[in-house]
Amino acid sequence: MTAPSGSEIKVIPIELMPKTRGYLPRGLTFLAVAIIILMLLIIMTNIILNGIGVIDWGFLSRPPEDGMTAGGIFPAIFGTVALVILMVIAVVPVGVLAAIYLQEYTRPDSYLMRVIRVAINNLAGVPSIVFGLFGLGFFVGFVGGGMDKIFGNSQGPVWGQPAIIWASLTMALLTLPVVIVSTEEALRTIPRELKEASYALGGTKLQTIGRIILPQAMPGILTGAILAVSRGAGEVAPIMFTGAAYYLPYLPSHLHDQFMVLGYHIYVMATQSPDVEKTKPILYGTVLVLMVLSFMLNFVAILIRSNMRKKRAGG
Amino acid sequence: MRELEFRPKSKIRELLGEKFILLNALVALIAILLIFIFIFKEALPIFTDPEIMQEASVDKLMLKQSFYEGQEPRFSWQPNSSVPKYSLFPLFLGTLKAALVAMLFAVPLGVGAAIYSSEFASRRMREIIKPTIELLAAIPSVVLGFFALIVLASLFQEIFGLTFRLNAINAGIALGLAVVPVIFTVAEDAMTSVPQSLREAAIALGANPWQVSITMVFPAAMPGIAAGVVLGFGRAIGETMIVLMASGNAAIISWSFVESVRTFSATIAAELAEVVFGSAHYSVLFFIGTILFIFTFIINLGGDIVLFRLKERMQGKSK
Repeated sequence: MTAPSGSEIKVIPIELMPKTRGYLPRGLTFLAVAIIILMLLIIMTNIILNGIGVIDWGFLSRPPEDGMTAGGIFPAIFGTVALVILMVIAVVPVGVLAAIYLQEYTRPDSYLMRVIRVAINNLAGVPSIVFGLFGLGFFVGFVGGGMDKIFGNSQGPVWGQPAIIWASLTMALLTLPVVIVSTEEALRTIPRELKEASYALGGTKLQTIGRIILPQAMPGILTGAILAVSRGAGEVAPIMFTGAAYYLPYLPSHLHDQFMVLGYHIYVMATQSPDVEKTKPILYGTVLVLMVLSFMLNFVAILIRSNMRKKRAGG
Repeated sequence: MRELEFRPKSKIRELLGEKFILLNALVALIAILLIFIFIFKEALPIFTDPEIMQEASVDKLMLKQSFYEGQEPRFSWQPNSSVPKYSLFPLFLGTLKAALVAMLFAVPLGVGAAIYSSEFASRRMREIIKPTIELLAAIPSVVLGFFALIVLASLFQEIFGLTFRLNAINAGIALGLAVVPVIFTVAEDAMTSVPQSLREAAIALGANPWQVSITMVFPAAMPGIAAGVVLGFGRAIGETMIVLMASGNAAIISWSFVESVRTFSATIAAELAEVVFGSAHYSVLFFIGTILFIFTFIINLGGDIVLFRLKERMQGKSK
């Protein structure tokens, strides 16, 4: 049987079926789609119209001035880029290797496999604020505080305080499921014959992984990394206590520096600005930059992925 | 083409390689365990430390308290007053109110859009609808919070003449926008995974497509749709930035939806930065984190199991 059995799908004789062609449901459900798309359009139009005016080279290249009511957002852009680069360095190797283990080493019904899969799905569902708490308790307090003890930093904490490295690692855990799932999808598309050919030529498992599987899975790995970057660039709750700063007069130059970041900058300007009306144009500009960044990244990821799917469908 | 080379095989290298890859696969599992351990560890003093229990023991968090002689016992969250009060009930109520509005908004839209996309839309239409709704999921929550705070709140206040700009409805609707893609994706997946051959068979027997939908597809996909709704609820409970910015953050007890609310997640975000390390307040915030973690863990696990079974059934693996 390749179909659900009769006990699960009720068989109703045609004569007894409700005489309906579903025009009303069709209209109502279409309305739902229309409302969602309309709201998306409203949000985007509002942000683009209000934000486009402030964006120029000066806005992108200057630091905030006059209590964030003037100037630009360069430190926040710099901090966001630095954050996601460190995050990608941490999350991509781990995520890719985890996906390889799940796809190439275990049987899909083994107990270990199921436990790991449950863990991955659950990790994806942990609220982002809980990641923030964890980052503070584990990375900042336990790891950072421990490093201070070992290195004997007596003039106060060096590592045991919020810093870009701890924020990146927290964000890496948050985006780990994204990378794993995306890589796995790519691994499943690799034709069995390629692997068999490698083994037939005397290749070992590691050689096959390194020379056949990884290169073939590149588009999937890239998609995962891009989606992780998009997620990491936008999340705020996990980094509020682990490294993001309200305002910094300098750029982060060391792993244990704090940093400014676009999402947190939006939150700060929107809720704690001394003069909301004066901040508004800059606020809209910042939101637009973050939106464009997220959408562009997602768009590229969707392109790569649909390309990959087409290739698989085409055989 | 590169010359193929045959290196002598090293059993040790293969074994070490496998173990190293396994280690990476275990990171997710270890992370889940560490998250629970490290959050619960900081919450533990409210169960064990007598000094902290004076201020914030479990019954003080859960039950009505009176703070001076003759005061009627009440629920109150005022961690920064001279007599700190840590009743979780106002926060619980606020979380529930915001999530309820979000679900009332997101379930009809998400499920409705999923039904349209899977049952009515042409293939071309579906290829527009799906990425568009996924785009909604790509909007960072801080942007949705910003939009609710700056635009939605003023709009609602003007239309309905509300006293409080930031309230449960405002936060709930913005929250709903974040929940819609979750419900849509899971529900749509469940419906489209009903085998095409079954639909075709029913149509061949004379049923029209909508009859097939209501008598066959919906009953079969129902667990998946329900799982989508439940997972969406988990998202609504855990989401932080939207409620932090758009809800007004007043920890009051009121059944009105046009008054401000303060949720669990927003409380952590707003208060953790100013709290004294190791104080009762600090432990209570981690305790709230523990509650959020356990709650979403159960919801995700439940949703996961339902979806796993559904997938097996659709592929015909079960008896």
